[in-house]
Amino acid sequence: MRNLENNRVLVIMPAWNEADCVGATVAEVLTLDEPYDVLVVNDGSTDETPRIAASAGATVLNLPFNLGVGGAMRAGFKYAQRLGYSQVIQVDADGQHDPRNIREVLNGLESADISIGARFADRGDYTVKGPRKWAMRLLASVLSKLAKTTLTDVTSGFRAGNSRAIVQYLDHYPAEYLGDTIDSLVVAVRSGLSVTQVPVEMRPRQGGTPSHHPIKAAVYLGRSFFALAFALTRRRSHVALPLQTMAGQK
Amino acid sequence: MMPNIAAFLLALAIVGLVAEMLRRKKLREKYAIWWLVVGIATLVLAAFPQLLVFIARVVGVQLPSNLLFILSILMLLGVCLHLSWEISVVEEETRALAEEVAILRIQVERLTGLLPVSGSNGSQDPEGQ
Repeated sequence: MRNLENNRVLVIMPAWNEADCVGATVAEVLTLDEPYDVLVVNDGSTDETPRIAASAGATVLNLPFNLGVGGAMRAGFKYAQRLGYSQVIQVDADGQHDPRNIREVLNGLESADISIGARFADRGDYTVKGPRKWAMRLLASVLSKLAKTTLTDVTSGFRAGNSRAIVQYLDHYPAEYLGDTIDSLVVAVRSGLSVTQVPVEMRPRQGGTPSHHPIKAAVYLGRSFFALAFALTRRRSHVALPLQTMAGQK
Repeated sequence: MMPNIAAFLLALAIVGLVAEMLRRKKLREKYAIWWLVVGIATLVLAAFPQLLVFIARVVGVQLPSNLLFILSILMLLGVCLHLSWEISVVEEETRALAEEVAILRIQVERLTGLLPVSGSNGSQDPEGQ
């Protein structure tokens, strides 16, 4: 693995009390053909998550208390930067993201800084309805305009980034609700990073069901407006982004 | 109008308390400044109540006590906002510390041999370019 030093890929898996599925997901990633390094960010779990993840072969980053997905991810990005990874990809511990799609999503980085594994892109049968759907539609259309490319699923957590993305994320990656998806993406795009999407299928979650409760969906709609409105007015990151190595545009 | 003895004593107690907390380093200057300003203002107003009547007339408030109320409310609002801002800064700092601690823990465990050195921690050059 040492000879892959310059283009190692880190799979970052935020996990908060995911003892039921984290072991299987880690094992699945490690059995892929490519030698990925797996970092499970234990976000203050009170169950067996860290032990199970470690025995499945992952490196475990133990946060001393719960920071939320955004907090866990930024910790993962910081680790990736410290150890010199050139590409990272976020994969949910609950098994919703199919590890077999990791290569496809990473391939998106050949033409962009951030590559999103998207659900509604004519593949798979993931559906939502009601206010949640309107919210996702609206967010997708605003983000598509900003990024000047078609994005259909901007709340997907199945995302890859190159070293430019890592540097920008470290400057702005809020721990708030939707901060890790909408807010970070808007600021990344406004800071000059390019985005692309790769259609993927999502698997059913191994535990729990997505919420279709109308009130929860309405709250979701409100919070996504809120997150979007703030993200659009934030200052851009003025960080020294490393030169693009692979991406061909600009 | 007679100086208000009770208000004067109360203000004196507040100023004394803040000064003592500052002296014992129980209160940082940036928070103490608010309370010192308020305490001293209350001291002055308690000693010279006609000052309040005068200021109320100048700014066009009919009832002097209402001027006092609005100033108190604004002051408390300011303190609350200041505290919310400070705690947000502290939370962000805590978050950064949590990240550092977690990363350092992995590195310490590797150094002390508690964790196998796998491919995931090969070399530690800061740039993978």
